[in-house]
Amino acid sequence: MSEQAPPGPVATTEAAKKGGERPPFIRMVRDAIAEGNSVTVTILAIITAMIIGGLLNAFTNTKVLSAWGNLFSDPGHAFVTAWDTAIGAYVALFEGAIFNPHTVAELFQQASISAAIHDGFLGAVFNPISETCVQATPLLLAGLAVALPYQAGMFNIGAQGQFIGGAILATYLGYGVSLPPVIHVIVCVIGGFVGGGVVGWVVGELKARTGAHEVITTIMLNYVMAFLLAYLLGNVMQRPGRTDLISPFIDANAHLWRLFGGTLRINAGFILALACAFGVSWLLYRSTTGFEFRAIGKNPSAARVAGMNVERSWVMVMLIAGGLSGLAGAAVIQGTDFSVNFQSYGTYGIDAITVALLGLGRPRGVVLAALLFGALHAGAPLMQAQTSTPVDIVEVLQALIVMFVAAPPLVRAIYRLRATRASGVEGLTGRGLA
Amino acid sequence: MELELQGITKRFGSLVANDRIDLSVSPGQVHALLGENGAGKSTLMNVLYGLLQPDEGEILIDGRKAQFNSPKDAIAAGIGMVHQHFMLVPVFTVAENVTLGMEETRPSGLLDRRKARRDVRELSKRYGLAVDPDALVENLPVGIQQRVEIIKALVRNASVLILDEPTAVLTPAEAEDLFRIIRQLKDGGTSVVFISHKLKEVQEIADTITVLRRGAVVGQKSPSASEDELAAMMVGRSVQLKVTKDAAKPGAAVLGVENLTVADETGRVWVNGMSFQVRAGEILGLAGVQGNGQTELCEALIGLRPVSNGHIRLGDRDLTHATPRQRLHAGLAYVPEDRQEDGLVPGFSVADNMVLDTYNQLPYAKGINLNLPAIASNAAARVKEFDVRTTSTDTPVGTLSGGNQQKVILARELGREHKVLVASQPTRGLDVGSIEFVHKRIVAARDSGVAVLIVSSELDEIYALADRIAVMYEGRITGFRPPTVPVEELGLLMAGAADSSADGPPAETSPPADQAGAEQAGAEQ
Repeated sequence: MSEQAPPGPVATTEAAKKGGERPPFIRMVRDAIAEGNSVTVTILAIITAMIIGGLLNAFTNTKVLSAWGNLFSDPGHAFVTAWDTAIGAYVALFEGAIFNPHTVAELFQQASISAAIHDGFLGAVFNPISETCVQATPLLLAGLAVALPYQAGMFNIGAQGQFIGGAILATYLGYGVSLPPVIHVIVCVIGGFVGGGVVGWVVGELKARTGAHEVITTIMLNYVMAFLLAYLLGNVMQRPGRTDLISPFIDANAHLWRLFGGTLRINAGFILALACAFGVSWLLYRSTTGFEFRAIGKNPSAARVAGMNVERSWVMVMLIAGGLSGLAGAAVIQGTDFSVNFQSYGTYGIDAITVALLGLGRPRGVVLAALLFGALHAGAPLMQAQTSTPVDIVEVLQALIVMFVAAPPLVRAIYRLRATRASGVEGLTGRGLA
Repeated sequence: MELELQGITKRFGSLVANDRIDLSVSPGQVHALLGENGAGKSTLMNVLYGLLQPDEGEILIDGRKAQFNSPKDAIAAGIGMVHQHFMLVPVFTVAENVTLGMEETRPSGLLDRRKARRDVRELSKRYGLAVDPDALVENLPVGIQQRVEIIKALVRNASVLILDEPTAVLTPAEAEDLFRIIRQLKDGGTSVVFISHKLKEVQEIADTITVLRRGAVVGQKSPSASEDELAAMMVGRSVQLKVTKDAAKPGAAVLGVENLTVADETGRVWVNGMSFQVRAGEILGLAGVQGNGQTELCEALIGLRPVSNGHIRLGDRDLTHATPRQRLHAGLAYVPEDRQEDGLVPGFSVADNMVLDTYNQLPYAKGINLNLPAIASNAAARVKEFDVRTTSTDTPVGTLSGGNQQKVILARELGREHKVLVASQPTRGLDVGSIEFVHKRIVAARDSGVAVLIVSSELDEIYALADRIAVMYEGRITGFRPPTVPVEELGLLMAGAADSSADGPPAETSPPADQAGAEQAGAEQ
């Protein structure tokens, strides 16, 4: 799974590659596109968003606008500038997120391979991919924290609060206790799970015992946790000698191991996140517990009649989801930040929802969506540096992608797909043909 | 208005829902459209109402070709439709609902509520509908809500009224009222297209009967045609409306309900000190008008609703306060009243639904691991045994027809070990073929020594199945009778005429069903 790039390019290159040898595959792909199933729609949504993002980028660029001003004197120039701007930004984004040819060129200009490795030129080649994985790690974990409850019929808007819970406990265990190397990492990671899990558990218990809707309680707990974090950082957890809201650095023993050493920031957190995705997938589709979760998500009344304990499952789901989001917090603190400040939670909570949506609520989809968004985040700085495209365009892209994913009929209309057969009949006649 | 459909064909992908259907409706005529679920009745009416466009064929009104692109066109042409599920705004009054979409204003620009109320009152009076224009729709019983729908159509000058399965939601008394209204509409020159799969009511109300099967017209009959003949046309083979079964050989009491009292969250008592027993190898039919506590009784039996007083026993185990899972494990098989809501997870595959209450037991689970091959092979075997019509066991259950959904539930519940079967409205909304199948299976369960409790508001079903009949009224049993009891007597008990034996233990007051009862099944009514 680790070498999987964003779904779009992979699917198309595979189609092109295999298509040459096996004509039926082309037909399969064409049918899949024509059928307009959810995966196809998602991929097309991403492509559409990138096209619109490119247009937006081109037509807000001052150079392009002035070229359009001279449209009649030099029409070619206007189109070329617009094209160059849009494509240039994406190329820079790609170079920052996946692979940058310049770094390879530099690598081969070095005297010897060993010197190249020593001076970090080899690292530079893999740095974009590494950064993509680093950015994807918390998105993946928090995305799972939204996707799992989604499968059980619940909307977890509280990935942020759970993230904070995990970050607080992981940080505290990171600097507050002294443990041998490997054990310290494990203790902190478990602490992250527990810290987030407690926040999720509260939500589950409230729903099970009082019927409080999880959307309300998770949103409110986001505020509670954000202010709890600020309070702690101003008191018990403040770094000695500082007046701003920041914690001490965690012990080096608690750092997540860098997978390839050196300057590449990719760390064990990424492996942990992939393992969690695999675990959630197994839980949902291969275990009796997941069978219960999914049955409850699709029809709680029938689940109850079939003897399932709906309330207990709600609590379990939220506890696990909270734990996963807490792990995202631990992964950020132990993998890259090494201390927590009052803004450490960033936009992970909201991004988690978009990742889960884009991933269609399924673990495998969440992995791909997290990698895509991770790549966008990782590539943004280089794009800004090279083409002076504002990094905000990445947020716009994310928003557009999710908007299109949320409106499948729109995508189907744009590409003139027909709806899948079953949904077509159902959609037309309401209650089938009865 | 003379309405004619010529050669209407409607396809959904490879499925032909309507195949060159011809139909003509003359003014002042009640034309019944009879067919099993999935025969294409609703599709045809949706075409006529402009909700669907036909692939071939045309609609003629008074001999002129008409094109309906939306219900708006159909309404303008004088066609009104009352859907099975009403399209009313619950928090609006009757008058507001009726004017919705065609609100008239006074010169000042304000809504002309007075005219709306007057219209409703006038129509209500003319057809004897007894609808108060100022009542809130949410406070009205279903039967009256249906009349509001009819008024809605009439206000829009409908001269052809389509009623889609109008009696499905009505009590027998409400259905009688509806028939009276239909007759009055007919006398006033309105034609009615009456869609149903119930033979008796079609025979009672229709002037002409068109029978559909698999999307095509199989024939036209007059209402004097025999029930057997119509049923045979519907299903394409002759079906037995009567259940053939041997006399019951009741054994020891297995399900015991003593002094059971069940209340809802608001404290309203639905089941009030009920007592009865069901013995191994017998079918107890619980008759009664819907809403007299049957739903609450069943929920209490499966453990969804707390019992405030009394006992539920299965064999010698007291299950009064057991969880649903404990009851299932103790040997209770349960076919819920609302199969879509309580019986199935529509988004799950047929295979998953077949193990919905056994997924965590051997062989379907090893520890916490699901055994997917075992689940699949179980499904394959059950689908075959219960003749579930599905393209594959991975098909979502929600896409199957009602009859096949019910077969999935029966296959699941009868497939695991059980001593008691509680089935509530086991054949509601099913077509004749499926009803026959379900009834056979229930009798087979009885013959294998299971104690069966059937809760049904269809007297036909009670007569056909029960070895002993209990009648429920306002949370109590008003009497036990053998299935030879005349329908008039049951009617009295259903209306609350308590008899002295009501509270006594059933074993004393109602001896085991006599042999003649079994033969009698389904003869009356």
